[in-house]
Amino acid sequence: MGNSSRLDRRQFLLGVVPAATLGTLGVAACSNNGPTSTSSSSNYAPTYFNSAEWAFINAAVGRLIPSEGAGPGGLEAGVPEFIDRQMELPYGHGAYFYLKGPFLDNSPPTLGYQLRYTPREIYRLGIAAANSATQKSQGKVFTQLVAADQDHFLAAMEKGEATFATVPAAVFFAQLLTNTKEGYFSDPLYGGNRGMVAWKWIGFPGARADFTDWIDQAGRRYPYGAVSISGATDG
Amino acid sequence: MAERKKNVDAVIIGYGWTGAILAKTLTDAGLSVVALERGPARDTSPDFEFPRIADELKYGVRGDLWQPLANETVTVRHNTNDVAAPYRKYGSFVLGNGVGGAGVHWNGQLWRASPEDLNLRSHIEARYGKKFIPPDMTIQDYPVTFAELEPHFDHFEKVCGVSGTAANLRGQIKHGGNPFEGPRSDDYPTPPLPAIYAAQLFEKAAAELGYKSFPVPAANSSIAYTNPYGVRLGPCNLCGFCERFGCFLYSKASPQTTILPILEGRSNLEVRTNSYVTKILLDNTGKIASGVLYIDESGREVEQPASLVVLSAFQMHNVRLLLLSKIGIPYDPAAGKGVVGKNYAYQMCAETAAYFSEDVEINPFIGAGAAGQRVIDEFNSDHFDHSRVGFIGGSLIYAGATGGRPIDQMMVPPGTPAWGGGWKAAIRKHYRHSAPVATQGSVMSYRDRYLSLDPTYTDSHGLPLLRMTFDWHDNEYKMAAYSAAKMEEVVRAMKPEKQATILMRPGNPYDVRIYQSTHTTGGAIMGSNPSNSVINRYSQSWDVSNLFVYGASAFPQNIGYNPTGLLAGLAYFSAAKLRDTYLKSPGPLVQA
Repeated sequence: MGNSSRLDRRQFLLGVVPAATLGTLGVAACSNNGPTSTSSSSNYAPTYFNSAEWAFINAAVGRLIPSEGAGPGGLEAGVPEFIDRQMELPYGHGAYFYLKGPFLDNSPPTLGYQLRYTPREIYRLGIAAANSATQKSQGKVFTQLVAADQDHFLAAMEKGEATFATVPAAVFFAQLLTNTKEGYFSDPLYGGNRGMVAWKWIGFPGARADFTDWIDQAGRRYPYGAVSISGATDG
Repeated sequence: MAERKKNVDAVIIGYGWTGAILAKTLTDAGLSVVALERGPARDTSPDFEFPRIADELKYGVRGDLWQPLANETVTVRHNTNDVAAPYRKYGSFVLGNGVGGAGVHWNGQLWRASPEDLNLRSHIEARYGKKFIPPDMTIQDYPVTFAELEPHFDHFEKVCGVSGTAANLRGQIKHGGNPFEGPRSDDYPTPPLPAIYAAQLFEKAAAELGYKSFPVPAANSSIAYTNPYGVRLGPCNLCGFCERFGCFLYSKASPQTTILPILEGRSNLEVRTNSYVTKILLDNTGKIASGVLYIDESGREVEQPASLVVLSAFQMHNVRLLLLSKIGIPYDPAAGKGVVGKNYAYQMCAETAAYFSEDVEINPFIGAGAAGQRVIDEFNSDHFDHSRVGFIGGSLIYAGATGGRPIDQMMVPPGTPAWGGGWKAAIRKHYRHSAPVATQGSVMSYRDRYLSLDPTYTDSHGLPLLRMTFDWHDNEYKMAAYSAAKMEEVVRAMKPEKQATILMRPGNPYDVRIYQSTHTTGGAIMGSNPSNSVINRYSQSWDVSNLFVYGASAFPQNIGYNPTGLLAGLAYFSAAKLRDTYLKSPGPLVQA
């Protein structure tokens, strides 16, 4: 688990720290994480998620790709904004999926997703169910849990050990993790991977898409940095 | 009441590879042709332009070039007594849509079949005896030989500017190509691109083990090239946005980059996009097609009368449209009778991930669908003695990534946490230093594996979806395990720090959630007579002589190669017969 200063930073990003302390914490956050310190969520107003949901998304993303340790976390990368924006696109409304019934409740998992829910619905139902589960077991909503307990609960959802009345916990978790990684790695034009931080972290040159000059250099490290579709470079 | 259009000489259903091949042949011959394409118009510019095409989320993950499943999908069940469930989200295979079809977002691995793939049943019986074929395995010979198809394979390679190295040039075996290939009349039109680094490591390891590796035949041109139609392609730059993307460089062969430019502006060709064909119409004899019914882009039902009907949609859509149109007898697995939907097959693939140390710079993002890759063919088709292995068929084994797309192609060793700090550290440690090696294996056809109409689920127009009844058989589990063991041996010789294999083992049912292959085959197979097949050797329907059906739906069983070379060869073989014989005197080209 991260040390306390990083937890402070995380709480700052979650918007759960009183406004009066923002200045100092903001500075601390910058010094902790160097060039990618733009506070991700605080200056983006979500369109789809309500404030409780937004707090959940920020908290969960902050655990799925944590800020602590080397490398950008999901919050610095702007993943919550990515997810919120996806909810407003045809994807969020389920336009990419066949969603006609009847819906089978006993088909084998190898035949794939068989629920009636769109991604928007999975989040709305999943977040409510997650908060009510932690409320019941620990008397707190997810965002109020300490990081270790959040991790523990996320793992329980992942394994399907948490029981939700609506959307199955494992389905909700898979949706959340999938979209989190999408937001981390997709082109910055969708709101995540801010400053191409995730591409820089792994060494992916992004939308460069021209390796003519390296075709005969096999085995030597590709020397150029990332470029995005908008033409931004990592300098 | 449907709007009725003026009669045309020919209507084409589906404007992908085979639709384009037939559009050229028929308009060359002076026929008036209407091509109906269910999806939108698409061309290199503006649809595949850089930099907008270099968008993994839009094209590689959401699949904006694929068929929207919301409107139409298939249902899948493992066994004939099960209830099928809709394929609601993309996984196992991705379907094409729009002008160019899947030929836009394919990888361009352009293979010929092995000669023995085409007479598989008689070849196996002759070499291993009749009892070698399990009783429920319904494999058949193609009613056409490698030698008959060879000029057409050669022509299509030239149309596509395929880069590669020939081995068997008119029976003379040259070093550097595929020693198992059938005799070729000519070399590949363009030389191969250099091997990317992972493929170089593979090449070296394969040589140490005594295997003969060679460049994957790539419809990714390596040089500036003008094809026989006068259409120009440019050299591939290994951009890493090939598979699942349209090519912005005019390097990957697609209908758009090879055939469609010369058809544009032909006064005897009209392409109608967003036109969804719902039925092939028959005249009152039931033996002649009178045209097609489709729903146009404004939602109106339109009848297009035609003297000749070309069914050139994707494999599954061909079968579905035959069933919806009640052409041919639907296959019945209980009786083993009927033909439409019979012998659905797939491919079984395995992968070994090689994780190298951090001083090995793989640069995984440098890659193309096919160019720069290397392959061995020792364990494919009947290139090795099967008498003791207990299965029929085989796999090619190839190395070289199609790109290092971080959302979809991130490689971390088994045991890595899926999230959290451990995952974040692992992606940095392994991303630049990992490479996949994979097999692509054949799947035989079986009595209980087939396609039919679903009794419950419908498309957005209320028409029944196609239902797939499919699961693996023992033959394929054995084939895949055998090929995977050979692959693992090669990967070991590449000296990674770690390696891990993904392989379907007995007890693992067909799983639609995992991408495996879009090489679905069969259901409207070709054969020697109407009791064992839907079409004859010229791709002509046995039941309706002015209906021709193209695509991998014709394959009696699947092969361990990508299907486009074979299905294009079959289309050109048919097109030549249409031009030289059928158009002069329409009627059955083979007597039943």
